[in-house]
Amino acid sequence: MIHSLFLINASGDIFLEKHWKSVVSRSVCDYFFEAQERASEAENVPPVIPTPHHYLLSVYRHKIFFVAVIQSEVPPLFVIEFLHRVVDTFQDYFGVCSEVMIKDNVVVVYEVLEEMLDNGFPLATESNILKELIKPPTILRTVVNTITGSTNVGDQLPTGQLSVVPWRRTGVKYTNNEAYFDVIEEIDAIIDKSGSTITAEIQGVIDACVKLTGMPDLTLSFMNPRLLDDVSFHPCVRFKRWESERILSFIPPDGNFRLLSYHVSAQNLVAIPVYVKHNISFRDNSSLGRFEITVGPKQTMGKTVEGVMVTSQMPKGVLNMTLTPSQGTHIFDPVTKLLSWDVGKINPQKLPSLKGSVSLQAGTSKPDENPTINLQFKIQQLAISGLKVNRLDMYGEKYKPFKGIKYMTKAGKFQVRT
Amino acid sequence: MTDSKYFTTTKKGEIFELKAELNSDKKEKKKEAVKKVIASMTVGKDVSALFPDVVNCMQTDNLELKKLVYLYLMNYAKSQPDMAIMAVNTFVKDCEDPNPLIRALAVRTMGCIRVDKITEYLCEPLRKCLKDEDPYVRKTAAVCVAKLHDINAQLVEDQGFLDTLKDLISDSNPMVVANAVAALSEIAESHPSSNLLDLNPQSINKLLTALNECTEWGQIFILDCLANYMPKDDREAQSICERVTPRLSHANSAVVLSAVKVLMKFMEMLSKDLDYYGTLLKKLAPPLVTLLSAEPELQYVALRNINLIVQKRPEILKHEMKVFFVKYNDPIYVKLEKLDIMIRLASQANIAQVLAELKEYATEVDVDFVRKAVRAIGRCAIKVEQSAERCVSTLLDLIQTKVNYVVQEAIVVIKDIFRKYPNKYESVIATLCENLDSLDEPEARAAMIWIVGEYAERIDNADELLESFLEGFHDESTQVQLQLLTAIVKLFLKKPTETQELVQQVLSLATQDSDNPDLRDRGYIYWRLLSTDPVAAKEVVLAEKPLISEETDLIEPTLLDELICYIGTLASVYHKPPSAFVEGSRGVVHKSLPPRTGSSESAESPDTAPSGVQAAEQPAVIPTQGDLLGDLLNLDLGPPVSGPPIATSSVQMGAVDLLGGGLDSLMGDESEGLRSDVGGSPAMGGGGGSGGFTPAPSTTMPANMGAPLGSGLGDLFDLTGGVGTLSGSYVAPKTVWLPAMKAKGLEISGTFSRQVGSISMDLVLTNKALQVMSDFAIQFNRNSFGLAPAAPLQVHAPLAPNQSVEISLPLNTVGSVMKMDPLNNLQVAVKNNIDVFYFSTLYPLHILFVEDGKMERQMFLATWKDIPNENEAQFQIKDCSLNADAVSSKLQGSNIFTIAKRNVEGQDMLYQSLKLTNGIWVLAELRIQPSNPSFTLSLKCRAPEVSQYVYQAYETILKN
Repeated sequence: MIHSLFLINASGDIFLEKHWKSVVSRSVCDYFFEAQERASEAENVPPVIPTPHHYLLSVYRHKIFFVAVIQSEVPPLFVIEFLHRVVDTFQDYFGVCSEVMIKDNVVVVYEVLEEMLDNGFPLATESNILKELIKPPTILRTVVNTITGSTNVGDQLPTGQLSVVPWRRTGVKYTNNEAYFDVIEEIDAIIDKSGSTITAEIQGVIDACVKLTGMPDLTLSFMNPRLLDDVSFHPCVRFKRWESERILSFIPPDGNFRLLSYHVSAQNLVAIPVYVKHNISFRDNSSLGRFEITVGPKQTMGKTVEGVMVTSQMPKGVLNMTLTPSQGTHIFDPVTKLLSWDVGKINPQKLPSLKGSVSLQAGTSKPDENPTINLQFKIQQLAISGLKVNRLDMYGEKYKPFKGIKYMTKAGKFQVRT
Repeated sequence: MTDSKYFTTTKKGEIFELKAELNSDKKEKKKEAVKKVIASMTVGKDVSALFPDVVNCMQTDNLELKKLVYLYLMNYAKSQPDMAIMAVNTFVKDCEDPNPLIRALAVRTMGCIRVDKITEYLCEPLRKCLKDEDPYVRKTAAVCVAKLHDINAQLVEDQGFLDTLKDLISDSNPMVVANAVAALSEIAESHPSSNLLDLNPQSINKLLTALNECTEWGQIFILDCLANYMPKDDREAQSICERVTPRLSHANSAVVLSAVKVLMKFMEMLSKDLDYYGTLLKKLAPPLVTLLSAEPELQYVALRNINLIVQKRPEILKHEMKVFFVKYNDPIYVKLEKLDIMIRLASQANIAQVLAELKEYATEVDVDFVRKAVRAIGRCAIKVEQSAERCVSTLLDLIQTKVNYVVQEAIVVIKDIFRKYPNKYESVIATLCENLDSLDEPEARAAMIWIVGEYAERIDNADELLESFLEGFHDESTQVQLQLLTAIVKLFLKKPTETQELVQQVLSLATQDSDNPDLRDRGYIYWRLLSTDPVAAKEVVLAEKPLISEETDLIEPTLLDELICYIGTLASVYHKPPSAFVEGSRGVVHKSLPPRTGSSESAESPDTAPSGVQAAEQPAVIPTQGDLLGDLLNLDLGPPVSGPPIATSSVQMGAVDLLGGGLDSLMGDESEGLRSDVGGSPAMGGGGGSGGFTPAPSTTMPANMGAPLGSGLGDLFDLTGGVGTLSGSYVAPKTVWLPAMKAKGLEISGTFSRQVGSISMDLVLTNKALQVMSDFAIQFNRNSFGLAPAAPLQVHAPLAPNQSVEISLPLNTVGSVMKMDPLNNLQVAVKNNIDVFYFSTLYPLHILFVEDGKMERQMFLATWKDIPNENEAQFQIKDCSLNADAVSSKLQGSNIFTIAKRNVEGQDMLYQSLKLTNGIWVLAELRIQPSNPSFTLSLKCRAPEVSQYVYQAYETILKN
């Protein structure tokens, strides 16, 4: 099981270590540093690194490496999932997960880590339960604790821990009872030179914020549940009911949680909401190239595409770019060769474009590779897959909750090859 | 106010300062001080000096302070064992606390204090906590057993904690069940032989029920445990699968992958015609695809596993090619894996898409990735014949880009395409030759040279091209040198007239100026071939080459089957069985897929793994004189000899002749000579001629020489592993071999024994004559296994009348070999000052069973299947009342190793292997019925004539 955890920042300093079994010397991280040196970028450090006596499994998030040390055959996904859970928990506790924040709350961090694993076995990883054991720091509580001498460690066994609904604490009370659901879809796509789709898929999630008194039992039904043939549920969802009736039936955890994530695969026809027209050319033996891109809406069901951002990694041979946008702002970083253009909203009547020239290093042949264009955008009030919630019902409690559903489509990894 | 204040230090000396604060009267100050200590600990500072002061803070009602002190204790108790004892009382008291949180905390912390002395105090509280009314305490205690086992395994066994832990599997609370399973699995890992997780239909049912209710992590433990279960039939397998399938929709990817493992494994038992089989296949695809939308680290592990799954069951993901298309900002480790899977999924239906993608990748920035993409195009060409032409033209396009590394990679793969589709694409050679100068990597140079040599007749200036390489011959890497040598010889054989000079040049470069033995040897071989028989040379060098196989990079099927059992583990990430890399793998039990029920053989033999290993090395039992190698060597040595081979330095040709001569010196020379033979044999042209080759023995030599060496190593391992057989094999009581009346008063009785790898003949010589005997010597006739005395017979003092002497004569198996009848017959000549006497005796075969006769499990399966059924022999061992374990330990003493034990319908099946000194493997299956004293022994061996004697050995060992 998981032996130890080291937190390493971008400059290669170990700023926190925690051991759940015997203490493993931090020199074991030298193997990690070696791998880090070999990898060109932090993202490319391999997640599994063997050393003579241990295995190092790492995740890289928020510019911090979370490196777990294991000694025996342990499912690596188990470890990696756990590490991501650690990051999520920190974020949940402190709002952001950063080196500064972790150092500022080092004792809480340490206590939380101790609660999360025992002898390397996960103990309490649900944030609902953790927060009952170790209360997250707030300014008010710090002040109160200092005055009254009370602690931020709960001295009662968390109620949910052993019940049939371990994810929910008992005795929840709210004056405003509300349940909000966000259907968020990310579209991943690769579009080729000619504008046709090579592959496109949708990663969807339904995130919930449920603040309901008591033990509510909710059901959520869809207009078109057929779309959801590849789903992963929060443990609260009753799987049998879904199998037989295609209805989500569950007792929700308290607060924010991810109810469901789903995947609409590349085999289905996925609507592509935007298109990019591009004309990028470098000529041999010329120090100038042409650059022109236009972005336009495609299948948006009448909704506005906003938050559009275009980025593109230019070839090494590009020295500078002289461009004029029809709207928004653009930056070209001559060191990293990264072009980014913050477009904003797309007005279908007047399509945004970015035109100009590229200056190339003189005397070298034209770059072999053409840059790939990365696109980000958002469309409110639209789930691009067409998923629609039919109704939400509550049983088990008497009051009438506020209910709300929001839809949003975003670009995930949306790439246009040129 | 943040915790970062705890890091600030004062000038005066931090430890000193902290010490004062820890001993402060003010509670708040104390707590702040402990927090500072903890903060120092988190950054790896040594604060162990504060141990007594921190422990003093332990007695407190403040839970936070208590927890902080505990955190400190866990880290430093090991360095201060005596001090740690001070804390014991508080722990014991806390274990009685009315608050379950505190009870659990105490037992949990105690387990983490890795101090031997404390463990004794832990036992009682732990026993109570394991039976605590609160499930939270029970589940914490379950994990504590695993901790304790790690510190002191014996204690845990003695205290009966393992049984309590097993009982917890039936606990009413699913969380307790999950933790018990996790703890047992961890203990079992270090204790492979113990049958800790005794899975039966009832316990499986309990686990499946707990599976639905426990936490995600518990589900992983339970699923991994289920995967080790062997359902009794396909019905049971199906019902387990049905109950596991919902886990595929879990949000935790580790749960998903563990569920996939269970399904992949049990699916093996389901009939393919079953509707359910198809349904299951369909259900497996979506979760695997979903794993690819997770974080890159998870993707990587998922991809490594998908790589295995795609090889085992390509049908699952055959329509999902597109999800493996590479996004340009994927981390490189994800890109490379995706590429690999794309090729595995490539088929005629999707090849166009795949090629278009690959071509796209070949223009990316990352060099490693581009190289792999180019290689992938070549692999596609070899895999999908219809696409070959397209691939070649794509590769040519890429060569036109003139990007150096792309060109080199392309040439390497085009060479493979030539091998796969001869006489089809040679038209492109001209284009390739244009790029000759730009090649600077050995592999690409070697590939290009191969192409030039292979198609020398079509390339007008082949000699010039090759000559140009020859200039810097010594600067080239070995790979290129070897290739250049072969290519020039090919060229010479094709165009002998104009290239004679060239070939001589390269041969002399290779043989005279090189210090690389491989190169020299190859040079000599060509030289001799060319000088003795050019026609033969042509046949050898220009022989038709076998086509390269479709997928040379596929994982070998037996290994694949084993790896499928390890889906989701590190083994699946490395594509190696755990035995190959897990530290302390002493305990790794090989896993195999369950057999499909209904197949006739599965009931009696464990083989499910497809054959595919072996075949190469099949040592013949008794090499018949003048077999292939012997012939070759004879030819090389001069006139071929018919019948027995020419005299060698070995002991043979009848004892009489030799006994007349200087016996002792001969004995000494012998082993010496043999050894140097082995060492010298690779040196083909090594001059010495006849001395270099001893025809008959050399055929068995590798095995013979290997055996003592190997067994020596085996001994070392056995000793360290603690399973060694120090006592050695069973030794039969001495019997009279040569009665006194037949030998002018010399009586010889004796027996054979094997101890730690060495065989000896234990003799008692008794003088029943009236005169003193002296000048003893012994000699063996040639025999089936090459047994020979390893030292002269040493009788120091003359043997007086009515006196006897006990001698242990060490034997080796490097003597010369002749098949005897019976096989284990040994003819011995003994000489003394009176006369020479002859006798013959039968040696028990088990003295020849070597110490490293334990076969790898998967190897066993493959070999068992590989050996034809007619080689199987069955015997009955009657009147043996031992149970399976006793049998296997008894046999192990004589180097018969039990590889697996199964219980089939109440009878124990032992699968065993043994190896003879000459490298022959014998595989055995021993069936033991509890009520029946006669065992059934089935033996399989490539040399069935030994079976009879192995059976005799079995009987001797078991009955004594």
